[in-house]
Amino acid sequence: MELKANIPSGPLEQKWTRHKFEMKLVNPANKRKYSVIIVGSGLAGGSAAASLAELGYNVKVFCFQDSPRRAHSIAAQGGINAAKNYQNDGDSVYRLFYDTVKGGDFRSREANVHRLAEVSLNIIDQCVAQGVPFAREYGGTLSNRSFGGAQVSRTFYARGQTGQQLLLGAYQAMMRQVGLGTVKLFARHEMLDLVLVDGRARGIVARDLETGQIESHVADAVILATGGYGRVFFLATYAQGANGTAIWRAYKKGAAFANPCYTQIHPTCIPVSGEHQSKLTLMSESLRNDGRIWVPKKPGDTRLPKQIPEDERDYYLERKYPSFGNLSPRDISSRAAKQMCDEGRGVGPGGRGVYLDFSDAIERLGEDKIRERYGNLFEMYERITDENPYRMPMRIYPAMHYTMGGLWVDYNLMSTIPGLFVLGEANFSDHGANRLGASALMQGLADGYFVIPYTIGHYFASSKQTKVGTDHAAFKEAEGVVDARLKKLLGSQGKRSPDSIHRELGRVMWDDCGMARTEQGLHRVLQKVPALREELWQNVRVPGEGENINQSLEKAGRVADFLELGELLCQDALERRESCGGHFREEFQTPDGEALRDDERFCHVAAWEYAGEGKKPIRHIEPLEFENVHLQTRSYK
Amino acid sequence: MGGNGKLMNLTLHVWRQRNRNSPGKLVAYAAKNISPDMSFLEMMDVVNEDLIARGEEPVAFDHDCREGICGQCGVVVNGNAHGPRKATTTCQLHMRSFRDGDSIRIEPWRAAGFPVIKDLIVDRSAFDRIIAAGGFITAPTGNAPDGNAILVPKKNSDLAMDAAQCIGCGACVAACPNGSAMLFVAAKVSHLGLLPQGQPERSDRVLNMVAKMDEEGFGTCTNHAECEAACPKEIRIEFIARMNRDYLKALFFSRP
Repeated sequence: MELKANIPSGPLEQKWTRHKFEMKLVNPANKRKYSVIIVGSGLAGGSAAASLAELGYNVKVFCFQDSPRRAHSIAAQGGINAAKNYQNDGDSVYRLFYDTVKGGDFRSREANVHRLAEVSLNIIDQCVAQGVPFAREYGGTLSNRSFGGAQVSRTFYARGQTGQQLLLGAYQAMMRQVGLGTVKLFARHEMLDLVLVDGRARGIVARDLETGQIESHVADAVILATGGYGRVFFLATYAQGANGTAIWRAYKKGAAFANPCYTQIHPTCIPVSGEHQSKLTLMSESLRNDGRIWVPKKPGDTRLPKQIPEDERDYYLERKYPSFGNLSPRDISSRAAKQMCDEGRGVGPGGRGVYLDFSDAIERLGEDKIRERYGNLFEMYERITDENPYRMPMRIYPAMHYTMGGLWVDYNLMSTIPGLFVLGEANFSDHGANRLGASALMQGLADGYFVIPYTIGHYFASSKQTKVGTDHAAFKEAEGVVDARLKKLLGSQGKRSPDSIHRELGRVMWDDCGMARTEQGLHRVLQKVPALREELWQNVRVPGEGENINQSLEKAGRVADFLELGELLCQDALERRESCGGHFREEFQTPDGEALRDDERFCHVAAWEYAGEGKKPIRHIEPLEFENVHLQTRSYK
Repeated sequence: MGGNGKLMNLTLHVWRQRNRNSPGKLVAYAAKNISPDMSFLEMMDVVNEDLIARGEEPVAFDHDCREGICGQCGVVVNGNAHGPRKATTTCQLHMRSFRDGDSIRIEPWRAAGFPVIKDLIVDRSAFDRIIAAGGFITAPTGNAPDGNAILVPKKNSDLAMDAAQCIGCGACVAACPNGSAMLFVAAKVSHLGLLPQGQPERSDRVLNMVAKMDEEGFGTCTNHAECEAACPKEIRIEFIARMNRDYLKALFFSRP
């Protein structure tokens, strides 16, 4: 396998402009001769579908939800970054680029990140034009706030529902195309395999989740925009249906999987309340604009928060990282919270929580201002915990939130399989080892609105498409494999539900491959995961039938894939013998507990190639070259 | 309110239906050892795990984000769409809203526009078709002027956002005695109609969306305001009045 990143030559700030000119074009009349399958309807998939259909391509969109508007991008709360410098506070494309490379702990491609920062400007314009109701100032201009890892205010937002509004913008643009007949929508459909013909991605096999029908769909290119794989940890801020199936099947068909160990733990989530828990709920990072994070100085202090006097509180982020304070990046804030709890200074049941306290901000700005800024988040907190955050500080704890790793893509967002493109969280491209807040929305929309429309045309114009139908042997073979697997799961007469196995997988992954990882722990979890996979195939129970909605069957299939993906994640974590961003190996840390990178040995992307059933996957390397940014130890002090 | 951490035992009466074409019925299940801290759907998870252990098919229900924003969940709990708590989706309803020993009736949304396809799951694709008929601003990618070139008074922007918060769950339809989708349609018509970007298509939008809504078999509004009471995002019926004004204006003054 060869990893050709195809990064254009020339100075950083001219690469994308030059590349756009150098790429081949498909003339307008010829575009309608090409068809594209898009799997996933979130920010990346939805925006790609709308943009490609507007250009004249024939598009089919698949999502497992009942409507494309449900995609989990909708849950993003805080905002979207763009280097507009509307605040006159010193922002620029280069600064957003620099912050993102540094935030990613110098493990991303410079050229990709610079392109992202460049198109961030167009994204805001595009979304405003679509009617996204961003927050505004009294004069009618757009409002901004700050997010972690930045010292400028560059985050645009729509109350605490920015993802919802951006997604509805993309969804509406896509639905307009559905109305025009250029996009065909397949909701309640799950992609279960990728089909290659002559080494190129030419279609998918999907299951209609209502009727159980196995269907083949053919196209000239396939785009996966299926999000991240964080539900491998079971408890996560992800939606319940979020899964790694599409990217995993693509991996098994030859797409390299890059940096699976780069997982992001979000510092501000509502702590686990009991065994029954099905998900963890995020409290937006934007809260850290006004909330102060603290724990008692004394271990085991069980007094109520307001009984603890100011001088007995440890505002540890402000203490440890005075220049960024409560807005330190996510990986750093999460580890600090864990450290406090490990020292016995955590609060709430089980001592696994820290306070996020708004009392200073309420005193300074008044309760109404805080309600205007974060009202819906406060209500959500109250509904879940039955505590009023206007009176009591919130209790928060880190939780699995995002995956920076994903399918390897070149500069054109094409995977190692020709014709298979990967957008948004599903790819690995822009965030390195840690993503900054408000950058996921930016990347999803950048990929869909402003990158893929150019690069897919170049692919079509520079490769010859043969005529293929769903009667091709490759489709029949894939259908057979999918069908046999479903039958095997349905016929299994074991004792355990898919959820119970998933929950156990999550527990072992979190224990040994979560916020802190060690050689020993990784060896341990690498024993446990394959054993659990065995358990699933021997002992799962999937009641019901294949011809109607069967949610147990859907879950079982997804867990089966997670049980393979989880193993690769741990293998990657084991091989990356350094700490960087969200990947923290306890053996590699500075004396004061910060991540210790090893640029000599690990300044590269690790891309894994599937080697066949039961064989160890092959680790390939794409070296990362930094021509503009000087590699340094990240400091937020 | 239950509260204080004591485990509860409940009796559920749940709508079971094999598929679109089969009749359905209420079936009783015991929900045991339910913590008041569980969400309603986590309680359903517990019941389903129990059913799987007994070799029975678990109850199918729609859900995804479980944080009240995706709009995929939604069942009728004791006659109330999304249950007893105001401004709360089913996934955000917690068991502390119930008492030990309660009987709970759990049914799907019932409306002509939302056929039941299995147990508690309904087909809401009519909402997507209504959006496709006009619930957008035509702004093809690449055409946009600078974001700050379009000034929007904060008041209008805030009001547009109030309407834009709709999550498309369909509780308004389920709560309405007429099975009307007016609140859903009005929210989108108002969101886009309040913004300067939405003006060029304002008339066509309202005419096309209302026509599609009627075609999909939703009823009309007779001002019961049940929709507003059930809406988890507290979308106000004043938006329906706004839509009616837009509709009338469009009907009389817009050119075909």
